[in-house]
Amino acid sequence: MAEEKKDRIQDAANPGIDRREFFVKMGLGSMGIAAAGTAVFGYQFLSPNVLYEPSPVVNMGRPESYQLDSVTLDVDARIFVIHAQEGFFALNAVCTHLGCLTAWKPEAGMIACPCHGSKFNVFQAGKTPGEKIEGPAPKPLPWLKMSLSEEGDLIVDRAEEIRPQQFVRV
Amino acid sequence: MNATFNKYIGELQQSRVWRSVFRGGTGTSTLRNSMAIQQNVFLHLLSTKVRKRMLEFNATWYLGTLTLGTFGILVITGILLMLYYHPSAPQAYADTKDLQFVVSSGQFLRNLHRWSAHAMVFLVFAHMFRVFYRGAYRPPREFNWVIGVVLLLMTLLLSYTGYLLPWDQLAFWAITVGSNIASAVPLMGDKVRFLMLGGHFVNANALLRFYVLHCMILPLTTLLFVAIHFWRIRKDGGLYARHSEPDVVMTTASARPPL
Repeated sequence: MAEEKKDRIQDAANPGIDRREFFVKMGLGSMGIAAAGTAVFGYQFLSPNVLYEPSPVVNMGRPESYQLDSVTLDVDARIFVIHAQEGFFALNAVCTHLGCLTAWKPEAGMIACPCHGSKFNVFQAGKTPGEKIEGPAPKPLPWLKMSLSEEGDLIVDRAEEIRPQQFVRV
Repeated sequence: MNATFNKYIGELQQSRVWRSVFRGGTGTSTLRNSMAIQQNVFLHLLSTKVRKRMLEFNATWYLGTLTLGTFGILVITGILLMLYYHPSAPQAYADTKDLQFVVSSGQFLRNLHRWSAHAMVFLVFAHMFRVFYRGAYRPPREFNWVIGVVLLLMTLLLSYTGYLLPWDQLAFWAITVGSNIASAVPLMGDKVRFLMLGGHFVNANALLRFYVLHCMILPLTTLLFVAIHFWRIRKDGGLYARHSEPDVVMTTASARPPL
């Protein structure tokens, strides 16, 4: 008992804490800080800072190369370039359900996903291009920002989604 | 001849080298038999005593042991496949084709790995059903059931990460779909997907991450939990034997205070 009393730190502001308790708290506290630091460093390490992924901006070539009322899928860029009566526009070809690459089905006149059967409208009257016709897809295929370069090429920015019905007229 | 052989074996077992390896010594007493299990690094996770009836096929259908067996096959064939496989795009696909068509016994090893993986998933489920319908998950074994669920998760993650490695169309789209399912997690879903793939698409980074998970992190974690799973069998009173459990255990198990 006398030993224990001698161990107590004589601190008027904090009389209840003894040496053992103090060191336990210090130890747990510093281990907690170290664990939090490890979590932060781990998270940062696992998030790549530099990605060698293709640029979101792609050049889709001359507008003349797309026939009127045509739907062209670029498999590498994963977009549709569509030449409608109103003008040109681009749809993201990645299904909004689980990310499969959709395809244009000319015989059915619609875009379809091979994975889980979602179907999307292109030319049907009364419906917006990209709108879902059937299947599990939760959202329509997004419209992507399209513009003309100085040379007159069609440029699509795959990172920028726009509101539907914004056509590029050449 | 036999007597001479036994004499040499006996002398060998008394030798200093043998005794330094097998400290338990020899003999047929219960103590010696227990020590043979207890003092062996590979066997000490197992119970020192087992009811003879529990070793028969009907008691467990050997489903847990068979699962461990498929895991063993997967480790061995997996290590062999690693000798010919580079986890880089597009080399991974070429290596997979080489394993199919060029490497001696490559196709056999790859098929063995694949079928064992399917069998392991099947056996894990069968094992769980068996344990569930026999009621072997009940106290005092409830924590071992939890370990079992972790092992089920490990099995499924091993299957999933292994699926990407051939780097073919099936692999690519399956992982695309799977990682998009992960991104459905509320709030942090997209971040989880980004960390999982090491990028925004299934590409070279994703292949490497899945390879490291499949060949290092997940198997080692699985092994750790398998060890705990086996050790718990011993600590929870051996394999569950319904008709030989004393009534007192059956009725008071749930009320038993933690040891």
